[in-house]
Amino acid sequence: MATTGWRPTDPAGTIESWPLVDRIGYRLAWAAGITLCLIAASVVLFLAVKGIQFISFDLLADRPIADIDQSKSGGFRDPLIGTVLLTVIGTLLAIPIGVATALWLTEYGRPTRLARAVESGVEVVAGTPSIVLAIFGLLIFSQGVFSFLSFTDTGGAVFGRSFFAAGAMMSLIALPLVVGATREALQSVPGHVREASYALGKTKAATIRRVLLPAVRPGIGTGAALGMGRIAGDTAIVILLLGASLQLQGVGGAPVVGDLRGTGSTLTSYVYLNSPAGEGNAPEKAYAAAFVLLMIVIALNYSISRIARGRQGGLSSAV
Amino acid sequence: MQSDATTDDLTPGAVPPVRRIMVDAEPTVVERPRRSNGGSADGDGAGPAGGATAAVTRATPSAGPKVERMRAEAVTIAYSEKEAVKSVSLRVRQGEVLALIGPSGCGKTTMLRSFNRLVELTPTATRTGIISIDGEDIDEIEVTGLRRRVSMVFQQPNPFPMSVFDNVAYALREQGSGRPSKEELMPQVSDSLERAGLWAEVKDMLDHPALRLSGGQQQRLCIARALAADPEVLLLDEPCSALDPKSTQVIEELILRLRDEVAVVIVTHNMQQALRVADHVGFMYLGELVEYGPAEQVFGRPRQQRTRDYVGGAFG
Repeated sequence: MATTGWRPTDPAGTIESWPLVDRIGYRLAWAAGITLCLIAASVVLFLAVKGIQFISFDLLADRPIADIDQSKSGGFRDPLIGTVLLTVIGTLLAIPIGVATALWLTEYGRPTRLARAVESGVEVVAGTPSIVLAIFGLLIFSQGVFSFLSFTDTGGAVFGRSFFAAGAMMSLIALPLVVGATREALQSVPGHVREASYALGKTKAATIRRVLLPAVRPGIGTGAALGMGRIAGDTAIVILLLGASLQLQGVGGAPVVGDLRGTGSTLTSYVYLNSPAGEGNAPEKAYAAAFVLLMIVIALNYSISRIARGRQGGLSSAV
Repeated sequence: MQSDATTDDLTPGAVPPVRRIMVDAEPTVVERPRRSNGGSADGDGAGPAGGATAAVTRATPSAGPKVERMRAEAVTIAYSEKEAVKSVSLRVRQGEVLALIGPSGCGKTTMLRSFNRLVELTPTATRTGIISIDGEDIDEIEVTGLRRRVSMVFQQPNPFPMSVFDNVAYALREQGSGRPSKEELMPQVSDSLERAGLWAEVKDMLDHPALRLSGGQQQRLCIARALAADPEVLLLDEPCSALDPKSTQVIEELILRLRDEVAVVIVTHNMQQALRVADHVGFMYLGELVEYGPAEQVFGRPRQQRTRDYVGGAFG
């Protein structure tokens, strides 16, 4: 935009003329931002220094083995696979349910009371600590009707712990993030875009399918990526609902389904169990695994910001 | 309507276009020779500076036949208790452009949106009176079918987040199963883009996202999209108010070219624009249709004081 005779004012240049409270606030804001940067940098640096010196290909490729001698206790291949599996299951469940919820809330939302109830429900799920979700999940999935999802003991007791059970509860962690991001994206689509579709003789359903869903795809991606980060980082559900067995323990039967009905661990539970707080007492492996986990989450965050930036060329800014 | 022989005696640029108006009758138009470009906004120097109405260049009336397409009879539209449109009756004819003018909130957009029943999307809206298309009550027509016959272009250019081709093909693709292939749709898509004057600019980028086009191109794409289903009536809701003057001129020329193929209704609060493109004008004020008649009469010799006050600005 061409402007004449006007230049952006440099806040630092005039700050001396500000009231004292503003000067203090201004410097506090700076300090807060820089402190956060420093904390983030030190976490990454600390883990990089601690983790990289122990990390090796063997560690990533070997199965963990219970052994007092740390040179024989293997790597964290299984927990790595566990993290990926659980993240995929949780996200695959969360996306359709979350998008459907967001669509209904934004595009229909009648009766209003029901919509408010659904909104509150999503908020409750979002605010529930994952350990509470985990214990609830254990209660549910130990019921006989869910025996197909996990290992059943010879006595008929349903174990209730499996990738299916943990993945289902993990999806609840990702769900509110998918709902929120999708709703936000839907709300940023101007009303006249919907009307343009109706004005071309399309029904509401066709408009949602052909116009709105493509328009909010980046929003769905953002929500899903945020949710994946949260799933990859959760520990409580893994310990309670995945069994946190060192190795992947398939139930047998069908190859993939058998593994998913079985137990396993993730990088988070591996870090916990190998840390000085856990039983393994192999801090160097915990550091290495923590570093890998951090890299995964940073990569997910990076992809979120890429998606979000790609969105600027999208519908909401162009119209 | 007939071409008058006296037209030939008029020297272009010397005498303003004249219409003889018979009250409450079809306008008998004394035509100027048709301009080759179908009527640009400016440039042929019509009218001496001294003439009252001559200062603004009028579009040349269409030589084509006028066919009545839509008819509104005593239409009243209310949002909850508030009446936005009060007992409005008017005609929409193919072969001419009907402009609805008036200050903000006068009901002109509500009136426009009632022609394709888009006003029904507002939950509190109620309508009385009869609107018909080709003699058929629009309330009796299935609404998606009606909207294919009565298409609409909005104030903000609003292409869908898909390719240029898919935007135009949007209305052609039936809902549900049986998506016609790109090859099958191509003739209609290219024809629509051609009619909207956009084909030459986009023919090599049909697969590009429509949102990458400029604002003026996006709006012409929206017009192409609206024309794709071959509608009988085209509704334009302030189509140029978000555009620069150059794009506005391109679209106004386009409107004048289209009026022979499709009945055009344009809502505008830009008096100059109404004067440039309209053959018929309805002036609305506080929900009432204060004055309705040929453009020359509404602008040149308004019968109502309120019209005079409002259109006064157009000549100032």
